[in-house]
Amino acid sequence: MCQCGNCKKDQYMEELLNKFKPEKDNLIQILNSVQEHYGYISEKSQKEISEYLNISMAEIYGVITFYSRFTLKPKGKYNIAICLGTACFVKGSEKIMDRAKERLKIMPGETTKDGIFSLEETRCIGACGLAPVFTVNDEVHGNATVSQLDKVIDEILNKEREEKV
Amino acid sequence: MKTILVCHGTGCTSSKSTNIIENFKNIIQNRNIENVEVVQTGCFGLCAKGPVVIIRPENIFYAKVKPEDCEEIIQKHIIEDQLVERLLYRDANGEISKRLDEIDFYKKQKRIALKNCGSIDPEKIDDYIAVDGYKALEKVLKEMTKDEVIEEITKSGLRGRGGAGFPTGKKWLFAKQAEGEQKYVVCNADEGDPGAFMDRSILEGDPHCVIEAMMIAGYVIGANKGYIYVRAEYPIAVHRFQIAIDQARERGILGKNIFGTDFEFDVEIRLGAGAFVCGEETALLESIEGRRGQPRIKPPFPANKGLWQCPTLINNVETYANIPKIILNGSDWYSKIGTEGSKGTKVFALGGNVKNIGLVEVPMGTTLREIVYDIGGGIPNGREFKAAQTGGPSGGCIPAQYLDTPIDYESLKQIGSMMGSGGLIVMDDSKCMVNLAKFYLGFTVSESCGKCNPCRIGTKRMYEILEKLTNGEGTLEDIDKLEKLATTVANSSICGLGQSAPNPVISTLKYFREEFIEHAVEKKCRAHECKALAKIQITPEKCKGCGLCQKSCPVNAIKGEGREVRYINEEECIKCGTCLNKCPFKAIG
Repeated sequence: MCQCGNCKKDQYMEELLNKFKPEKDNLIQILNSVQEHYGYISEKSQKEISEYLNISMAEIYGVITFYSRFTLKPKGKYNIAICLGTACFVKGSEKIMDRAKERLKIMPGETTKDGIFSLEETRCIGACGLAPVFTVNDEVHGNATVSQLDKVIDEILNKEREEKV
Repeated sequence: MKTILVCHGTGCTSSKSTNIIENFKNIIQNRNIENVEVVQTGCFGLCAKGPVVIIRPENIFYAKVKPEDCEEIIQKHIIEDQLVERLLYRDANGEISKRLDEIDFYKKQKRIALKNCGSIDPEKIDDYIAVDGYKALEKVLKEMTKDEVIEEITKSGLRGRGGAGFPTGKKWLFAKQAEGEQKYVVCNADEGDPGAFMDRSILEGDPHCVIEAMMIAGYVIGANKGYIYVRAEYPIAVHRFQIAIDQARERGILGKNIFGTDFEFDVEIRLGAGAFVCGEETALLESIEGRRGQPRIKPPFPANKGLWQCPTLINNVETYANIPKIILNGSDWYSKIGTEGSKGTKVFALGGNVKNIGLVEVPMGTTLREIVYDIGGGIPNGREFKAAQTGGPSGGCIPAQYLDTPIDYESLKQIGSMMGSGGLIVMDDSKCMVNLAKFYLGFTVSESCGKCNPCRIGTKRMYEILEKLTNGEGTLEDIDKLEKLATTVANSSICGLGQSAPNPVISTLKYFREEFIEHAVEKKCRAHECKALAKIQITPEKCKGCGLCQKSCPVNAIKGEGREVRYINEEECIKCGTCLNKCPFKAIG
């Protein structure tokens, strides 16, 4: 399962690729699985897919960068995703996003230097009844406010500090 | 026998309905209670009151149930046969409705596409079969010719529910007539409109009805393979649809010799990966084939050259969901519902500044007022209705003077909006329409695939103009430029995304032009949304020194102590506006 680049065999990738026929139309399915498993798609994974499906690296890169779900860089330990779907936008999710940018000092799509936080702007996650909504990893925070976001960030920071000590 | 139905749609799952199901099951097992069944269902629709629990046969509706409430519901309702009053549904005036059918939200609705959503367990094929599931398929295979099916659908008046409203019968006919040995049936479940969740709810609540309709389509056009293209952002829908496919295969419903005939069919799921443009049919086909989802030039249309250049029929989830019901009940029954040009019902995801956020299905021709006020319960916080947006980033806004417009394909088009896939976002008077136009344009800018110049560059330039306006740097000339550019982009883009991208701008300009002018000339945003134009102040005469605003300020920019009149330190203020709503004396503005 290693992504260090030195190990030759990646067991997960091998098992995953064996599940699919080496046909071009499986590319997006494979990328979805890799993204879900590792949280991003490394160059090493891309090479393995390229060899297996006999597609050029350039084409794979083209597909990865086209779809917003795929990322080339790892996400933070806590991925804060703020819904900017219309229902949430109308209920003020823009303010929550502004606050997150200010607190974390990163832009959507970026990860903090310490690797603790990453910020993401998502389109509708379908919890419109709870708008505005943000998620931290998979946990949904509904009827969100700026102070609720502050609280969540503070809690994570405290936890991380304690763990360090 | 009592049945406890627990909503397990995405909305209620986000507020822990999975734990509610577990708790109910554990309590029933531990206490050895008999004659009670717990069923996880799809969306009930009233998401604002979620998680929702309904107890049958009496149809009692419990709202906002928490996992820790399960014990009380079991003890009081199931064992002592009394109602748990505190959890009953209360409307905005505090009036209690005990049963589902007493709730205003449901009274004006007519459920056809959503018929089984919320009443069957989507993970059990037997539940679907028990409500006449797969009977339409059997009828088609055993009793009807292909042409009869097409005629029935044509006569029903069903039109594509993805937004454009192309007559479904005609689409099927073209795909049937197209020549080719291999044909495909595709279901478009790439529901990208932010704030819309109709298709997702159907897939989560009643996946088999979509499989059944795809099979009927396969039989009619002569295809043996179907693909459903679903957003990867819908994990529950994907999971349930896969279960449904597996169960149908196990039962021999999907496979060879279906119902003893020589018809064969199989369905496969293809996941999207977060690209709005893939909702466009040819972009979707490119994506299924494993490429960047960039639209193809039409013609040829997918009916002639679609997936891998083979004739392909593409319909949206909600369109398919109507098919089995039309086959079973007949086209006459269906065509009696709705208006002259738009038959049947339409599902809307009602969201934004409205009390009852949720999923509604109404007959075509229902007015916007009925949806917003009678079903939606009106605007919360004592505010006024300002506009509603249908069709998401491709649609337009509908101002208050058109509240009585009947909702159908033609009427919406006439007033500059469109039916769209069913997103219906209500906005109150605290929303800035210039900022809203900017929001939608920002969406299309980031979702434009980049294939054609008008969309790639044009939407970006339009966004920049809107940014200038919201920053207080715009001029009247900019507004004219914006309008001109909007027309150019709409007329010269190659696919539906680009052609419709200017709609939110065109319609807000049409109905709220004075707000654009205010931004440009007076540098004023009447809704206080555009931060660069905002100046938040406390009116000393109105301030009573209660300090509520001070507590709410996230950056401690509000100064003053005790009962003193408060003031805002402008340098520290981030103009977030949190204090605006906190002041009980309306002293902040």
